[in-house]
Amino acid sequence: MDFFLQLLVNGVCVGLLYGISAMGFVMIFKASSVLNFAHGELLALGAFIFLSLVTWGKIPVVAAFLLTLAGCFLLGFVIERFFLRPLIGEKLIFVIMLTVGLAAMFKGLILLIWGGNLHTYPEFLPPSLEMQLGSIYIAPVYSATLVISIVFLILFGLFFKKSSQGIFMRSVADNQKAALSLGVHVRRVFALSWAIAAMVACMSGIVLGIINGVNVHDLSAIGLKVFPVVILGGLDSIGGAIIGGIIIGLLETFTGGYLSPSLRDVVPYIVLVVILMVKPYGLFGLVEIERV
Amino acid sequence: MADILLQLNNISVVYSDVIQVLKGVSLSVTRGHIVSLLGSNGAGKTTTLKAISGLLKPENGEVTDGNIIYAGVNIQNQAPEFITRKGIIQVLEGRQPFKYLTIEENLRVGTATRPGKPYKEDLEMVYRYFPALVKRRKALAGYCSGGELQMLVIGRALMAHPQLLMLDEPSLGLAPLVVQEIFHIIKKINEEHGTTIVLVEQNANMALQVAHYGYVMENGKIVMEGTSGELSDNPDVKEFYLGMAASGMAKSYKDVKSYRRRKRWL
Repeated sequence: MDFFLQLLVNGVCVGLLYGISAMGFVMIFKASSVLNFAHGELLALGAFIFLSLVTWGKIPVVAAFLLTLAGCFLLGFVIERFFLRPLIGEKLIFVIMLTVGLAAMFKGLILLIWGGNLHTYPEFLPPSLEMQLGSIYIAPVYSATLVISIVFLILFGLFFKKSSQGIFMRSVADNQKAALSLGVHVRRVFALSWAIAAMVACMSGIVLGIINGVNVHDLSAIGLKVFPVVILGGLDSIGGAIIGGIIIGLLETFTGGYLSPSLRDVVPYIVLVVILMVKPYGLFGLVEIERV
Repeated sequence: MADILLQLNNISVVYSDVIQVLKGVSLSVTRGHIVSLLGSNGAGKTTTLKAISGLLKPENGEVTDGNIIYAGVNIQNQAPEFITRKGIIQVLEGRQPFKYLTIEENLRVGTATRPGKPYKEDLEMVYRYFPALVKRRKALAGYCSGGELQMLVIGRALMAHPQLLMLDEPSLGLAPLVVQEIFHIIKKINEEHGTTIVLVEQNANMALQVAHYGYVMENGKIVMEGTSGELSDNPDVKEFYLGMAASGMAKSYKDVKSYRRRKRWL
C-alpha cells in the first residue's frame, strides 16, 4: 500500500509536469493549428541553458531559473518571427514540416555545444523541501515539481480568464476572422503563444533534468510524450492537457513500479490506443457547441 | 459641401488573382450619416465592406484598382490591425461570436484596438443599449439565441469606439420584432454617438427607414443611388425590392418593359 501511494504521488508530480509542457503545445495548436514537432528539443534546450548558467556561469539557482524562462520566452518570439511568420498563408503541412526541421536543427545545436553525454545538475534543492507524510517519502525534487506546477497552473488560469491579452488569445483560437475584424493583432497572438509554449517547455525540461539527468536524446524523447498526453486529453483542450498529463504520468510510474522499468515508455501508448478506440476525440476534445 | 468621411473611388476587387467581384465601385459616406447598401445575393455588398475593413487579404482578395480614402488617408489593401485602429469596425455577416467565451469576455475582445485602457464604462454603455445582455453576461456565447448574438456582436464593435461602423446584414435570420428592435438601436447609436454607419441589407424596407442615403448594387457595380426617400419612391426599387407591383397594377410578363427591368435586377 505504501509503495502504491509513493508511486501515486510521484506519478502525479511528473504527470503535472507533462501536462504543463503539453499545455504549451496545445496553445500553439489552438491558436494556429500547427503541430509543433520541435517541442521535445525546446524542452531539452531549456534544460541545457539552465545547466550552463548554473555550472559554468555560477549564477544562483533561482536567478538562473528565471533567466532561462525569460530566455526561452524570447526564443519563442524569435522562432515565430523568423521561421513561422514567412509561412503564414502557406499550406499547414509546410509549417508542420518546418517544425520537424527546427527539431533537427536544435538537436544538432545542442549536440554541437554540449555533446551527447549525460550531465547532472549540482545538488541545490534545500533538504527542507523533503516531506514525510506518514510512511510516504516525497523527495525534494517532487515537492518542488508540485509547487512549481501549481504556481504555473494558477498563473495561466488567471492569465487566460482575467487578462485582456489572454482573452484575445482565446478569441483568436475561437474565431480568427471575427478576432481580425475587431482589430486583434493575430500575428502578435501567434508570437505570444510560441513564446509561452517555449517557456513552459523549458520549465519542464529543467525539472525533468533534475529528476532524470540532462541528456539530449532522453529529454527530446520525453518531449514527444506530449503527443500521447494531448491526444488523450483532446488536442484543443488546455484543461484536458493537464489531466492527460497526470494520466500518462501515473501510467508510467505504475508500470515502472509494478511491471518493469523497461515497459514504462510503452504502456502509455498502448492505453492511449485503447482510450482512443472508445473516445476518438480524446477525453476532453472540444464538443462543438450547436444551437438548436 | 457635406463632410465626407469615407470615399471609394472606382475600386475593383479581384479574388485569387482571377475572379473579379467589384468592377469599379464608387461611393461616398457623409460623416454622421447612415448609408445603406442594397442588392441581391452576390452583388458584391459584403466584398465592398471587406475592401474597406481590410478583411479581403485573409481571403486572398485584393483591391487592384481605384482608391479608398478614409478621413484623408489612403487605406486600400492595408492590414485590418491598422484599419481597425483608425476607427473602422466591421460587424461580420451571420453573427460570428466567440462561442467558447462568455458574453462579457466577448465584449472585452472589442477593446483590442486600445489595449490596456479602462473598459468598465464601455461595458455599462453596451449594457444600456442592450439590456438583454446583462443577465446573460456570464453565459457562453455559444448557448445564446440569435437575437442576443446579434446584439452581442454590435455591442462588441461598439466597445472599440468606432468612427465608422459597418453592419453586414444585421437582420439575417431574426424574428421581425427583434429586427425592429435592432434597427431602432442602430438608429439610436447613430444619433447619440454620431457614429457613421454603413448598413448592408437584404431587408430594403427596414434599411431605407433608418438610412439617410442609399446605394443599390448589382453584379459588382453601383446601379442606383439616392436619398432614402428617392429610393423608396423609385418604381424599380418598389417593385423588385419592396415587393409592390408597379403603380398598383397586376404584374404581367406581357409587359415587356417590366420583364426587361426584372432581368436587370435579378
